Amino acid sequence: MSVKKLTKEEFAKLVEALIAKDNVIGVQAKGDRYDFAPLESAQDLRLDYDVTLQPPKKFFLPPKETLMTFEIGGAYASQYDDETFVLLGVHPYDMIAINQMDALFQQDNYDTHYMKRRNNATIIACDVVTPSANVFASSMKTAVVKSGFDILLTDIGDGYVAEAATDKGEALLAQAGAADQAALTAREAVWAKNKKALNKHELECDTAYLPKLLDRAYDHPVWEELAKTCFSCGSCNQVCPTCYCFNVQDDVNWDLKTGQRDRAWDGCLLDGFTKVAGEHEFRNQRADRFRHRLYRKAKYVPAKIGGQIACVGCGRCINACLPNIANPVAVYNRLIDDLGIA
Amino acid sequence: MCQSVSENKDIYLPQLATVVKASDMNVTEKYLQLSMDGGQFDYVPGQFVEVSIAGIGEAPITITSSPTQSGGFELVVRKIGNVTNAVHALTPGDKLGIRGPLGDGKYPAEEAKGKNVVFICGGIGLAPQRSFINYVLDNRSDYGDVAILQGTKCYDQRLFTDEVAEWEKRDDVQMLETLDEPDERWKGNVGVVTTLVSKVKTDLKSALVLVCGPPIMYKFVLMALEEYDVPHGNIFLNLERKMKCGVGKCGHCQINDVYCCMEGPVFRYSDLATMPEAI
Repeated sequence: MSVKKLTKEEFAKLVEALIAKDNVIGVQAKGDRYDFAPLESAQDLRLDYDVTLQPPKKFFLPPKETLMTFEIGGAYASQYDDETFVLLGVHPYDMIAINQMDALFQQDNYDTHYMKRRNNATIIACDVVTPSANVFASSMKTAVVKSGFDILLTDIGDGYVAEAATDKGEALLAQAGAADQAALTAREAVWAKNKKALNKHELECDTAYLPKLLDRAYDHPVWEELAKTCFSCGSCNQVCPTCYCFNVQDDVNWDLKTGQRDRAWDGCLLDGFTKVAGEHEFRNQRADRFRHRLYRKAKYVPAKIGGQIACVGCGRCINACLPNIANPVAVYNRLIDDLGIA
Repeated sequence: MCQSVSENKDIYLPQLATVVKASDMNVTEKYLQLSMDGGQFDYVPGQFVEVSIAGIGEAPITITSSPTQSGGFELVVRKIGNVTNAVHALTPGDKLGIRGPLGDGKYPAEEAKGKNVVFICGGIGLAPQRSFINYVLDNRSDYGDVAILQGTKCYDQRLFTDEVAEWEKRDDVQMLETLDEPDERWKGNVGVVTTLVSKVKTDLKSALVLVCGPPIMYKFVLMALEEYDVPHGNIFLNLERKMKCGVGKCGHCQINDVYCCMEGPVFRYSDLATMPEAI
């Protein structure tokens, strides 16, 4: 599909036009950090950001959403959000995480709630300009992305190369001029640079080896050692672009006749995640819960998505973890040091 | 993203069912016969449903009836939490929500044909097993010897006492029962259910053994079966976890890499070698 070139001014006009006709959620400054928020003006957009506080998963799987309403003792009715929106400024590693979640929410049992929001979204991804302090996307092969977005923007200094990947993207870029060879070459240079530079923590093996490494690491002492200082706070679950476990809870209205069933984010690190009636907990040790999350990322979920590792190297868990035990690369490298690569 | 949302139904939306029969089995367990308002409800032994009480929530309950029986499906519910307490207040004619049948890990109805089948049940574990017990008994000539071992904590917690008495009378079934803590009303075996294993007449090594009970029971039953060299591929365990969404999304029921609600609740023991969290 078309590859266009826009100057920064042309791009700003395109953004203003978008804001005029749709809900645009773009990356903006939040104190000395960044986050996705409703965009009111193109001037507020900060595509040079390093990493957002929270991943964009909340626009497809909100922290809390109503799945259905009901009458007490009576019928249930599904509830959906019809609002379309533009998600502007998604980094490649976050785009890959969204692609993974798309696959997981559709396979086996199709989740209409997630997919309704997903289909209502127009995603404008952008290549990284400023590597964040803890990013390791290069190790996870998520420094650049090829699909899933409607448009991919690459900042080449004097403007953006914008590639349309869908009809929606083509339509948005219809007025822009084609990118010349110089622009394409400059874009290749950005990709080559990012593939190396987004590596503040270097994984000592190819990602394809991780599931096999974990096959041998189940009883390794690292889980107990690190979990000793784990608060079970679930911060890692919350900021992770590929964590999506949720709880379902009912809420009754004041009339005691009607109510709703909501789903809300939950975390496997939290105590009580596996608690059943009779107070029995299947994973009541912090070390087991800590290990479970990393096993999901590098072994369990990959088996469901064609081998892709479900950690995209965004580094948000490393930023968020108070006792500083969440760094997946540190754990995997420790296992490689002790167990070797067989 | 190829399929459109409109092509798919809402996997979280309960369908309405009506309570046909309801009775207290003992102080804590209630029997319910339900009929789906939408009509037909096809299931196989081992599957479960998410029972939905609007305003409170859902609970996963394994179906206790066999699909060979007519007139709706049956559940046994223990009164132990918010949802189940609300279920205990239901009377015939009341409506509740049902999602299901759920679970691909079913009892091995085909595989067991022509073989001897041994059921080992602990307490309320009889309820899920009963689905396959009655299926086997309704197709009696398809199966070899049938032995049912039931261990219950005390006399008042016994379930389906009429049916158990019938099974005891049948000469094509070996029904063995034991109580952990008997009182003067009990004249039978005393001890945990593993004490019945040595009394089974049929050859255990060539049988399919189906186990269901509280988490603590599995380890001891497996140790007892080990003494008879029962191949791990012939042992089936009915595992339960916190099956919240029941459709493989919310994550709560995972046993290592497996969603209990999807690949279970019935698992082949030899498959559990890669699931250290299972037992």
